[in-house]
Amino acid sequence: MEKDKLIIGGHEFTSRFILGSGKYSMKLIEAAVKDAGAQIITLAVRRANTKEQENILDYIPEGVTLLPNTSGARTAEEAVRIARLARELGCGDFIKIEIMRDSKYLLPDNEATVRATEILAKEGFVVMPYMYPDLNTARDLANAGAATIMPLASPIGSNKGLATREFIQILIDEIDLPIIVDAGIGRPSQACEAMEMGAAAVMANTALATAGNLTGMACAFRQAIEAGRNAYLSGLGRVLTRGASASDPLTGFLRD
Amino acid sequence: MENQFFVDSEYLSKEALETKHRLEKDKASRKNPMEYFPEMERIESEVCGNVLKQMEEYEPSNYTARDVLNALEHETCSVEDFKALLSPAAEPFLEQMAQRAGKETAKHFGNTVYLFTPLYIANYCENYCVYCGFNCYNHIKRMRLTMEQIEHEMKVIADSGMEEILLLTGESRAQSDVHYIGEACKLARKYFRMVGIEIYPVNTEEYKYLHECGVDYVTVFQETYDIEKYEQLHLAGHKRVWPYRFDAQERALRGGMRGVAFSALLGLSDFRKDALASAMHVYYLQRKYPHAEFSLSCPRLRPIVNNDKINPLDVHEKQLCQILCAYRIFLPFVGITVSSRESAEFRNGIVKIAATKVSAGVSTGIGDHESKYSGKESDGEQGDEQFEIDDNRSLKKMYADIEKEGLQPVLNEYLYV
Repeated sequence: MEKDKLIIGGHEFTSRFILGSGKYSMKLIEAAVKDAGAQIITLAVRRANTKEQENILDYIPEGVTLLPNTSGARTAEEAVRIARLARELGCGDFIKIEIMRDSKYLLPDNEATVRATEILAKEGFVVMPYMYPDLNTARDLANAGAATIMPLASPIGSNKGLATREFIQILIDEIDLPIIVDAGIGRPSQACEAMEMGAAAVMANTALATAGNLTGMACAFRQAIEAGRNAYLSGLGRVLTRGASASDPLTGFLRD
Repeated sequence: MENQFFVDSEYLSKEALETKHRLEKDKASRKNPMEYFPEMERIESEVCGNVLKQMEEYEPSNYTARDVLNALEHETCSVEDFKALLSPAAEPFLEQMAQRAGKETAKHFGNTVYLFTPLYIANYCENYCVYCGFNCYNHIKRMRLTMEQIEHEMKVIADSGMEEILLLTGESRAQSDVHYIGEACKLARKYFRMVGIEIYPVNTEEYKYLHECGVDYVTVFQETYDIEKYEQLHLAGHKRVWPYRFDAQERALRGGMRGVAFSALLGLSDFRKDALASAMHVYYLQRKYPHAEFSLSCPRLRPIVNNDKINPLDVHEKQLCQILCAYRIFLPFVGITVSSRESAEFRNGIVKIAATKVSAGVSTGIGDHESKYSGKESDGEQGDEQFEIDDNRSLKKMYADIEKEGLQPVLNEYLYV
């Protein structure tokens, strides 16, 4: 299992936990890196747009990849502008596209996300689009040059877990890109379940940020994600959904 | 009309006093508040009718403890639930409401608290709003800052570390026209990451112009949604036109602004009905403009220059807290701002429950930031303030106090795109 690596846009990672950006604090970044083992940390470009930015950027340890996101964008054009600004700010070539034109549920606009992905992939960005788990959109994103697909598990910040489980499974089965489950993961057990399903990684923020013990929760997420990944790689055993299996075979009457 | 507001200045001419008294005593001498001035844009919108209908139907005393408990048990707060949470029946459940509100705030905003400061650039006003320190009959030192003075003020504020600014004027198109405000906004973009305005309501095209000057957030206080009461408190001037003010946020959104802010000034009329109407105003506009950002605040009446008797009547801190909790539970995604009208103790407490933004380093006067920030006597002239503030903490102190509460102060999380 030592060679099990997550590859995004040609970059290799050994950790499959990504820290989301919603709620930010230095303590959260520290716990995510030290205790949850995160090698990728999301940073909202709009949050970096502060005189305090040196503090946040300085705090990102060596070897950790910064994943700027376009939160605040309401259209594809705004997302493209924010992505270019991220590059100018020295945040590298990774970009997580988030386009919302709903301030209540913060659900992503799939159609605009495809358009922004196409433009930014052509400009050499490693594009990681956040999306509502729809197979046709996922295919369009892959064709547009996305490096991963990031379907939401449930609404951002809701901690409600894999509400879209069946649809994420379809993406895992049908799309040849890493599927990273984003948004709504509230417990380590949910992260574990996503990894068992074959997700390439899990992104979380609120679950850690609002935990009673940040360090403890960060450790729990690392363990859960590793457990789920190992289970997936090992091949899950048979799970009986109802009753026991019949001891007398139903096909015993068949002659050779 | 008997009230706490009327004060006659010895500086007013005989004619001015006569007009003032006539406006105060004789309703027939006052303009119809539902009638527009010719230059005011009318928009087609169903939002106003919907809000007024909800407010008219709302009878706070009809709700019981059972309704309140049901509301607190529902995962999603319906309009009926919200009405119960605003009612007197909810008062004994304030702690439960605060617990629930705190959870919703954490879910949507984490532990962040945003900081901003207001900058008054002019205090000329053509309205006679009886409770306001800027009202045209109140004898105060009037001032309109020049661009050089504005820039100086902005430098002082920006040097303190502040990154978000709210520009305010009195309501006088003659003294502070849209172009003047636009130029001030362009300057603000140089020194601050985020620029909001709280000025007299304008037409869609003017909001569009101001947006191009760098503004993305517009605050308009309706003061009271009770039209009868509004008529008795806003006796003259453009502000008297109630429906033009009501539609200001919708015009601002049509003009391309990212977000809009709402409020009733609690203490002017039935505060429960006003709180309901403010939230329903947000509710209906959010359904119509789902991409927009919304925020609410809950100012209470404060004493003004020449009248220290003005107070928020029956809206005590407990009632204020109840309203803010109800807002948070009903509209978990909206920003809630609590201004320096409230005490430091109240603001320290409410950021842990419902508020997401507080002001710091506040002056409601004109051109006095240097003297207020550095303690240095300023050589320049200064204009009088709009109302007395309660919490005069500096940015540095506020930042430290928020951190002490275990929260994360944030100076900016915004990009102009």
